[in-house]
Amino acid sequence: MSADTILNILVATIAAGTPLVYAALGELVTEKSGVLNLGVEGMMLVGAISGFITMAKTGSLFLAVVCGMTAGALMSLVFAILTLYLMANQVASGLALTIFGIGLSAFMGIKYTSVALNGVPELHIPILSDIPILGRLVFSYDILIYLSLLILAGVAWFLYKTRAGTILRAIGESPKSGHALGFSVIGIRYLAVLFGGAMAGIGGVYVAVAYTPMWVEGMVAGRGWVAIALVVFATWRPLRVMVGAYLFGGVTIAQFHIQGLGIEIPSQFLSMLPYLATIAVLVIISRDKNTIRVNSPASLGITYHPENN
Amino acid sequence: MKESRLIKTVLFISVMAFIVAGFAFPVSAKGKLKVGFVYVSPIGDAGWTFQHDLGRIALEKNLGDNVATKYIENVPEGAEAERVIRDLAKSGHDLIFTTSFGYMNPTLKVAKLFPKKMFEHSTGYKRSKNVGTYMCRFYEGRYLTGIIAGKMTKSNTLGYVAAFPIPEVIRGINAFTLGAKSVNPDIKVKVIWINSWFDPGKEREASEALIDQGVDIVTHHTDSTAPTMTAEEKGVFAIAYHSDMSKYGANAHLTATTHVWDKYYTKVAKDVLSGTWKSEAVWGGIKEGMIKLAPISKKVPADVVALVKKTEKMISDGSFHPFHGPVKSQDGKVVVEPGKSLTDQDLLNMNYYVEGVLGNIPH
Repeated sequence: MSADTILNILVATIAAGTPLVYAALGELVTEKSGVLNLGVEGMMLVGAISGFITMAKTGSLFLAVVCGMTAGALMSLVFAILTLYLMANQVASGLALTIFGIGLSAFMGIKYTSVALNGVPELHIPILSDIPILGRLVFSYDILIYLSLLILAGVAWFLYKTRAGTILRAIGESPKSGHALGFSVIGIRYLAVLFGGAMAGIGGVYVAVAYTPMWVEGMVAGRGWVAIALVVFATWRPLRVMVGAYLFGGVTIAQFHIQGLGIEIPSQFLSMLPYLATIAVLVIISRDKNTIRVNSPASLGITYHPENN
Repeated sequence: MKESRLIKTVLFISVMAFIVAGFAFPVSAKGKLKVGFVYVSPIGDAGWTFQHDLGRIALEKNLGDNVATKYIENVPEGAEAERVIRDLAKSGHDLIFTTSFGYMNPTLKVAKLFPKKMFEHSTGYKRSKNVGTYMCRFYEGRYLTGIIAGKMTKSNTLGYVAAFPIPEVIRGINAFTLGAKSVNPDIKVKVIWINSWFDPGKEREASEALIDQGVDIVTHHTDSTAPTMTAEEKGVFAIAYHSDMSKYGANAHLTATTHVWDKYYTKVAKDVLSGTWKSEAVWGGIKEGMIKLAPISKKVPADVVALVKKTEKMISDGSFHPFHGPVKSQDGKVVVEPGKSLTDQDLLNMNYYVEGVLGNIPH
């Protein structure tokens, strides 16, 4: 395997991992506030088709991203009203949101089936992009990939370096204490859920507008579920979310390169690998009670009734 | 009071009678042949189902008022398909085309219940008195596109994104390779299996991997436009499948092997109208007009186009067979003796790569 091939695999890996970085970061913030939203797949799909239609109509990537994020956030608002206002069960509501999103996105996309877009060009930064190897590896992606890293840094900073982030985490641990200190538990959770929806939306936009610039029903293809798994995989730490997302992207890409290089591994086995890796990591992490206890939000998935205090 | 109730009842019954009559004898009263189509995916802009729908539109155009067509798209293979086919048969469709391999058993099952209706199943191998099958010899088109690829490549390495390792797909890979080797003996073909007929994400990833590994022409036996789009993006050539995909790759698209069902659908409907239809196993190619190349790109030199046209004509008149001996398999064994051609049976059971294809068939 030449250095060039390895470089190509690495570059493709970053692109394959990016929708997961977005969606998993959003879910991470939502879960940190103590809410488990299993509707990521549905929110991503609705975000994807909304961004796709906007891109097809206006040609503006900025508007596509804004519309995708708004659509994702609106989907999550439905979930938020169900679980935070009407106190519905979070797991059931999340599953319903996914199924609803699959149907809604297919319906919205009827006229756009198999329509293709031009895609998002890779940036070319003078001098920097021309550095051998490093230029290709660091300075030659499309703008959405750099944005995902910015958001990653922003989320990490927010959660661990700001007062607001500390409050959000505290509410995820013990909503009762948060409430006693005078914070609006429900209000903060609304914001966290909306942020999760917006991130899932932009992840969907990336899939439909940049990664595979065409609309196909259900094209998010399970990435929403992987994003949810990644949050656990990363034990609720933003940086590890990124590592996990690229790891998953890398295995997806490697299965094709390995075939092309004529290495004798059945392709069915390779198609299975990313999912096997997710399960394996989940099992390994779950065995260590300390990491789970320290990092997982203690009130995750538990409905909070303010009037009971 | 009683009288008005009686009137109401009579009115109700007569209205119901009209509705029932309307369902029972819809258009057959006008003597129109109702033709139903069952599609496995949405029609979209290109691909397998899109080609079938072009055939349906041509049938309507050719036979005008004598036919009325209806299609149901995006029908999953299996139990759902059976319900859809049965509904079509029940609602007065006398001729029903089912256009995906997985509809084979549902079609036969429904055909048994409606012995007077005629069914045509695409790509299957099971027939009955009122179920015929039809498919096309796309390998003839593959061979021709191979000639173009063999002449146009600079790296002598061609890429093939493939769906499932079954004889149908392997036959296409081999025909493409033989066509390319006929004009360029140094050709190597790299194959990546994605285990799906339609998955734009995977098709794109596989195409990218091939291009990264030095392939400068990508072709595919999958359903989406993603390989052509990826080739366009990466500045290499593409040869599409199913449909003309030139609008997805203005620079990349060299040509495409396309399925054309226009003539066939018209002929079958005519046979049904004249009462001469019978269950057959149809396997048509260039000669029957079921396989055509999409317009060849201006980038292909005139002498190459002339060679392709000549070969196309020879395949059409039967003087040339793409699997004409000597053909060697990947391990150097002679699989087709000099002077002989493969029989249809051998073609249908093909399970080896010819010389020039890299890698092994996954098992």
